[in-house]
Order: sequence, then C-alpha cells, then structure tokens
Amino acid sequence: MAILVFVETADGELRGSSLEAVGYGAALAQQLGVQASAIVLGTNLSQDKLAKIGNYGITRVLQIADDRLNQGVIQAYSNALGQVVSAQGITTVVLAKSSLGDAVAARLTVKMQAGLASNVTELPLSVAGGVFKLKRSVFTGKAFQITEVKTANKILALKKNAFAPVPSSDSATVEQISVSLSEADFGAKIIKTDKVTGELLLPDADKVVSGGRGLKGPENWGVILDLAKALEAATGCSKPVSDLDWRPHHEHVGQTGVKVSPNLYVAVGISGAIQHLAGVSSSKCIVVINKDADAPFFKAADYGIVGDAFEILPKLTKALQAL
Amino acid sequence: MKILVCITHVPDTTSKIAFMNSDTELNKAGLTFVIGPYDDYALARAVEIKEAQGGTVTALNVGLAETEPTLRKALAIGADDAIRIDADPTDAYFVATQIADIARKNGYDAIFMGRESSDYNGGQVHGMVGEMLGMPSFSPVMKVEIEGTKVTLAREIEGGKEYIEASFPLVLGCQEPIAEWKIPNMRGIMSARTKPLQVIAPVSQENLTSGGHYELPPARSGCKFIDASEAEKLIDLLKNEAKVL
Ligand SMILES: Cc1cc2nc3c(=O)[nH]c(=O)nc-3n(C[C@H](O)[C@H](O)[C@H](O)COP(=O)(O)OP(=O)(O)OC[C@H]3O[C@@H](n4cnc5c(N)ncnc54)[C@H](O)[C@@H]3O)c2cc1C
Ligand SMILES: Nc1ncnc2c1ncn2[C@@H]1O[C@H](COP(=O)(O)O)[C@@H](O)[C@H]1O
Repeated sequence: MAILVFVETADGELRGSSLEAVGYGAALAQQLGVQASAIVLGTNLSQDKLAKIGNYGITRVLQIADDRLNQGVIQAYSNALGQVVSAQGITTVVLAKSSLGDAVAARLTVKMQAGLASNVTELPLSVAGGVFKLKRSVFTGKAFQITEVKTANKILALKKNAFAPVPSSDSATVEQISVSLSEADFGAKIIKTDKVTGELLLPDADKVVSGGRGLKGPENWGVILDLAKALEAATGCSKPVSDLDWRPHHEHVGQTGVKVSPNLYVAVGISGAIQHLAGVSSSKCIVVINKDADAPFFKAADYGIVGDAFEILPKLTKALQAL
Repeated sequence: MKILVCITHVPDTTSKIAFMNSDTELNKAGLTFVIGPYDDYALARAVEIKEAQGGTVTALNVGLAETEPTLRKALAIGADDAIRIDADPTDAYFVATQIADIARKNGYDAIFMGRESSDYNGGQVHGMVGEMLGMPSFSPVMKVEIEGTKVTLAREIEGGKEYIEASFPLVLGCQEPIAEWKIPNMRGIMSARTKPLQVIAPVSQENLTSGGHYELPPARSGCKFIDASEAEKLIDLLKNEAKVL
C-alpha cells in the first residue's frame, strides 16, 4: 500500500491546489501508516522548486523528466501515471481537481480499476477495513454526500480547500524515473495555448473578488481589479458578464462555471441567483456589496454593504493599502 | 458521421435540493428534471454537425423509466433515435461501462457528453469511456470544428484555452460556448413521439463506489451589515473577526 500525489505546475511554479493535495496525501499516509510519494511530469520546474514539495509533507518526489510532458497531453499523462502506479505499488492516487487532473484521473481509474471519489472536501471520516468514507460536494455545491470507496485501489480528486497544509522547512529528494511512451500517446497535438500568465488563477486562489452586471460595462472593471490587487485576490465574474464578453470565460463562477471555495469571496454587483450561489457557497467567508438591500445574495453572506460599488470599492482598496 | 450523445436527467439548475429517508435519498417531489446543462450543449453541437454534414445522432441515457421524457426532449431537439439503459446510475464507472458497451456494439465516430453532470459533478464518465474504448478523450471542450478527418478543439484550461488537433474516433466533454442551446419546436416535439426509443438491459458491472447519506451545507449565521458611509470598517472585521486577511 502506498500513496501517490499527482502535482501540477503553472507558469514554472508548483500549483497551489497541488500543494494542498501534497499536504492531504501526507496526512492520509499518516492516517493509514503507509508511504507517500509525489510525482511531477515534465521539466517545467527547477530542481529547487521540486525540493520544495517537501515543505508540504512529502519528501520523496518522482520526476519523469521527458520534455514532451511539459504540455498536459491527457493520454500521455494517464499512460505515464498508469505505469508509475504499477511499478511503484501505488494503491491510492491523490490529486487536486483541475482541467488536466480530472481528465487524467478518469482514464487512470480504468487502468487501476479504482473507485474514484471526486470533489472530496476533507480527510476520510474513516478508513476502517480499507473502506474510505469520504465527504464530497455534490449537486453543484448544494449538498454533500458521504461516499464509500471499497475497492483496493482508490483515486481521490480534491476540491479546493479540502486541506490546509502548514509548510515546514523539510525538503524533498528527487528521483528520476522513466516510463515508455509511444508517439501514439502524443497523437493529439496541442497546437496553441492562450493563457494569462503571472496572474493568480481563480481555482487556486485563497481570495476572490467577483463582479456582476451591476458594474455596467467592462470599462468599469478598474475598481474590481484594484480591490483584487490590494487583497492579493483572483478575479471572477457572473455568467452574464462572461456571456457579454466583458470578462473572459475562465473567470465565470457558478453552477456552469468555475466552482470556487476560497477563504474569502467578495461579490460586487451580483444579485445572487441560485446558479451563481451554487459555485461559491462553500467559501469560508462571503462579502456582498450591492445597491439593492433586497438582493438575494445577502441571505448567503457573512458581511454585507448596501450601496454603490463605485463609491465603496475605492474606500476598501484604500483601507487595505493603509494596513 | 455517427454521433452518440450521452445525456443526464437532472434537477433543473434553479432547484432547491432536499433529502428524505434519513437523508439517504434525493427528495424528487416538486423538482423539474431537465437534460443536464452541459449535455444540452453537447446535444446542440452534435445536431449542428449532423445538419451540416449528414449522419445520425443517437441520444443515450443510463437511467430508470422516469428519464424517458428527458430522452424524448433530446429527440425533439434533433436526435434521430434514443437508447435507455435500464439501470439506476449510481456510480460513474458503472455508467461508463454501459456506454462503452453500446459504443463497441454500434461503432460511433464521436461520443459527445457534457463536461460534468450537475448532480454528481464528477466530470469522469467521458474519460472513463475513452480509456475503456482506447479512444482519446478531451474535456472541457468549448469549440469543435471538423474538416474532413481532422478535428480542431478548444479546451478550457485554468486561465485560458488550449487548441488541440485530433482525429476520429474520440470522446468529448462539452461546455459553452460550443453551441447555442436548442429549444424544441412544435415539429420536433411531434416527430419525437414516433422516433425509436430502445430500452436495453445493462451489462453486469459492480459499483466501485457507493453513496451514503447526504448533508446540506451549514446555514450561514446571518449577514452583518456595515453602513456604506463607513465601508472601511469591513477590512477591520475581515482581519480581526473573520480572520481571513
Ligand atoms: C442553466 C443556467 C445556468 C446558469 N449558470 C450560472 C453560473 O454558473 N453563474 C452565474 O453567475 N449565473 C448563472 N446563471 C445565470 C443566473 O441565473 C443569473 O442570471 C446571473 O447570475 C445574474 O448575474 P448578475 O448577478 O451579474 O446580474 P443581475 O441579476 O442583473 O444583477 C446585477 C446586480 O447588481 C446590482 N447593482 C446594480 N448597480 C449596482 C451598483 N452601482 N453597485 C452595486 N450593485 C449594483 C443590482 O442591484 C443587482 O443585484 C445560469 C442560468 C441558467 C439558466
Ligand atoms: N446516467 C447517465 N446517462 C448518460 N450519460 C451520462 C450519465 N451520467 C453521466 N453521463 C455523461 O457523462 C458526462 C459527465 O458526467 P459525470 O462524470 O457524472 O460528471 C455527463 O455530462 C453526461 O454526458
């Protein structure tokens, strides 16, 4: 029995949500009394950065230093991980939910004949008899379910904030391993990537500031961006805002967009439709700023300010800068 | 072009979710069931492709008899025929096994699904089916363009998109803006009544996971209002009371 944590990179850094998965994997290994390793595919990270995985609780890092894996090619990734899992005697794979992680985990499930629990929100409630009882988010954030995974092999895909690791100064040793990948594994070619760089990614963020149709137009987004910057937050938006192309689609939060669970979610000029709430309701603290005191969002909020966003946001930004 | 579209039968997105039988079962009373929102995008794009290039669209659902109105709606939107695999879809692996079995028997060029179901939100079934059939799988796909045997896809990634060149056969998990949802017209609704809907018994497959009881998220303790004239007080509360700064 051993645990493997799949670690993703972004912009040449370790992804924040993957570090939560590392912390989770380490804690789970302790709960089960087994070994945990982490795995990184490709050569996007310097050896220094790989060693930092140790800060989050796993000191054995495996790397497949194949440049072809610097891009997230789904089939190549799942075939590589499938080989690692059998060579290393892995029974449980832990990963953070993401566009690549989800796609890879689903294929790996079939290779491992593993029960997969997705949107896991905390450590297993019980592991007695090798059966994991896992709490996970279902019905798009409207409910939780306790799911039992009884199979010998298991895959756990974690929701953001399922675990809050406390970094230590431990560093990891990196072992190079190799797998055999054929041209066919790279048959689907990624021909171009359009991606913002140097920006905090919404699914990784601990704080999020979102704007809705109440902001009236894309030219008014400055107040949102300033507040987000002062908070070190990522920016999000409601669906109509991305439908109108005021903001890019990957910022759209809610039932049909990104589901977030940050520590702080600030909603500005968003009415609080049930489809929007579904994507944010597991946030730890919700702040709502809306000029309509009857906006439904206030019912889901911890703090509220009734008023005009264009007057309130600059005040908040200023107060933050003065901290 | 022979396309299989897999659709879920799920509560409408505006539904308030409640449970019964000691929180072990969804309380369906008063809920309206619809085609899953992402599955609706998959279906709309599949129908567009069929209309442009010819071929057939088959809608498939793994579910009990209660899902038939949802399959009829898919027929009204433009699917040519429908298949219902008569089983309670409680585990993604079980569902994927059923879909893969039908696909092996019928041989489709492409299998379109939603990026995720809105009940269990696993986002898994397409990847599983792809692996079971030895086909590539891509999700979440925002755009699919076909030119001969070449398929160009846009897949959403965190902070942007990647463009992929692939070929048939393949499995896609779709999301907006891949196509506009189609609303059935009168002619569609009439013809849906006579289009074939086949009911097939499931192949045997053990469930790899099992669902226990449900919980609703804890209610928030109530909203503390801060007067707009002293908005900056919020920062102090976030720092010292909520401790999130
Ligand atoms: C199938 C389906 C799926 C959906 N999925 C999603 C989803 O994933 N995410 C999502 O967000 N929506 C989703 N929606 C849409 C959802 O139902 C709402 O229409 C949408 O969330 C409303 O966006 P909004 O709050 O920005 O706009 P509005 O409802 O127009 O609200 C604007 C708000 O701004 C306030 N306002 C106006 N001016 C100011 C000002 N100067 N200062 C402060 N406040 C001001 C107004 O009082 C109002 O409350 C979905 C809908 C459907 C049917
Ligand atoms: N019971 C089902 N019947 C048919 N298709 C399904 C079923 N469950 C899931 N799917 C398809 O698989 C996609 C992903 O579902 P999931 O992995 O549950 O998030 C859905 O959007 C559907 O296209």
